[in-house]
Amino acid sequence: MKLNRFFKIIFLSEFIKGIAIAIREIFKKKKTINYPFEKGKISPRFRGEHALRRYPNGEERCIACKLCEAVCPAQAITIENEERADGSRKTTRYDIDMLKCIYCGLCEESCPVDAIVQGPNFEFSTETREELYYNKEKLLENGDRWESVLAENIKLDNPYR
Amino acid sequence: MNYIVTFYNETYKILLLLIPILVSVAMIVWFDRRVWGFVQRRKGPNVVGPFGLLQTAADALKYIFKEIIIPASSNKIVFILAPIVTMTLALSAWAVIPFSDEMFISDINVGILYIFAISSLGVYGIIMGGWASNSKYPFLGAIRSAAQMVSYEVSIGIIIINVLLCVGSLNLRDIVLAQEKLWFVVPLFPMFVIYFISALAETNRPPFDLPEAEAELVAGYQTEYSGMMYAMFWLGEYANILLLCALGSILFLGGWLSPVDIYPFNIIPGVFWMIFKILLLFFMFAIVKAIVPRYRYDQLMRLGWKVFLPFSLLYVILTASFLVYFDLLPN
Repeated sequence: MKLNRFFKIIFLSEFIKGIAIAIREIFKKKKTINYPFEKGKISPRFRGEHALRRYPNGEERCIACKLCEAVCPAQAITIENEERADGSRKTTRYDIDMLKCIYCGLCEESCPVDAIVQGPNFEFSTETREELYYNKEKLLENGDRWESVLAENIKLDNPYR
Repeated sequence: MNYIVTFYNETYKILLLLIPILVSVAMIVWFDRRVWGFVQRRKGPNVVGPFGLLQTAADALKYIFKEIIIPASSNKIVFILAPIVTMTLALSAWAVIPFSDEMFISDINVGILYIFAISSLGVYGIIMGGWASNSKYPFLGAIRSAAQMVSYEVSIGIIIINVLLCVGSLNLRDIVLAQEKLWFVVPLFPMFVIYFISALAETNRPPFDLPEAEAELVAGYQTEYSGMMYAMFWLGEYANILLLCALGSILFLGGWLSPVDIYPFNIIPGVFWMIFKILLLFFMFAIVKAIVPRYRYDQLMRLGWKVFLPFSLLYVILTASFLVYFDLLPN
């Protein structure tokens, strides 16, 4: 046993094994992706930038039930509402402070009409803090821009809810 | 007039050697990082220039434009001198390295002693840097580095004696030419392995990078350096690594000689073989960096003094008695 160990040390057997493994690894496929040019796959459940969705006829989904405001653990959401002429309750103000938001996804979970959702976009860094105080227009614009992806993701994730 | 012509000729020759070396140091840093990345299944630097080859140029440009911070309590003259010493010494040793039968700057007959002297002086750059910083981590790093380099210099010296016994000359060209029949890596293989490991320790490469062990000493003797001065340390370090790779290929791998003396190989100019061998050795350096964990300091010292030194001394006796017994002693 001792002799075995001695020979192992003298002939650097573990070192040579290590080099063999290293040379094998060199030719294997690399795990790196060239980020801005290639992007990793993200799950349909990914919790990225928020968006407010609309119905296909252009009406906002949000009914100002304020469940998201209530459930938000970081208290990042502020909602004010009014009654419209047709008797429906709609928001006049829907602000999310993206700096407070912890991206937990509880607002999306709590929403009864799938109005507030978190989309697949995670590249929304800005140069000032002010740009990250999202208001209703910004959120609706996000919703319009990402609608096809959002709808697809909600459909894909539906069986697991 | 004659003096000016000589001066011009020498300067021309020196620049012709120095500029390729500086460029290849830059390339070798890229190569090192690239191999390191590949072993870890990363891609390594691949953005700047083709395959990321200009990454080091970009880094150097960044260093040039950075502010050089000199600590208020440092010994300013020594502090500034240290990286200059490191780099100058690392580059001046290249003067005697023969790249082929006629490509060298000077062909002094004690070439190996010259290289040995210069690379021993290299430790001064590090000690000066560490001491002049007047800060604890650089100081500890410098002490470690000095002890380590001195210890491994001893075993490298004895390994070189092995080779010199077989050659009978201190001239680097003679050492290469003595290997025409058989490279010394074959009869002196254990010495080649010990040379390789000692060279790792000598240049502070992993697994012996204790002077810059970032977990304990921040960056060792380089901690207080910034900007171009840091880059000069870094350049000197890699020039030193290349130098030891070149020395290894001259001592053991037959320098510019082609591995086999048959048709397609022996028409390739010697300088290509030399560069190929240096790169091969450097590739080993780079791979070792990727696979080994760092040694503890007492293990490092034990390895140097209790294993390598007695073993290479024993091998000197073996080589000498073999040469005497079979009457193979040169001259």
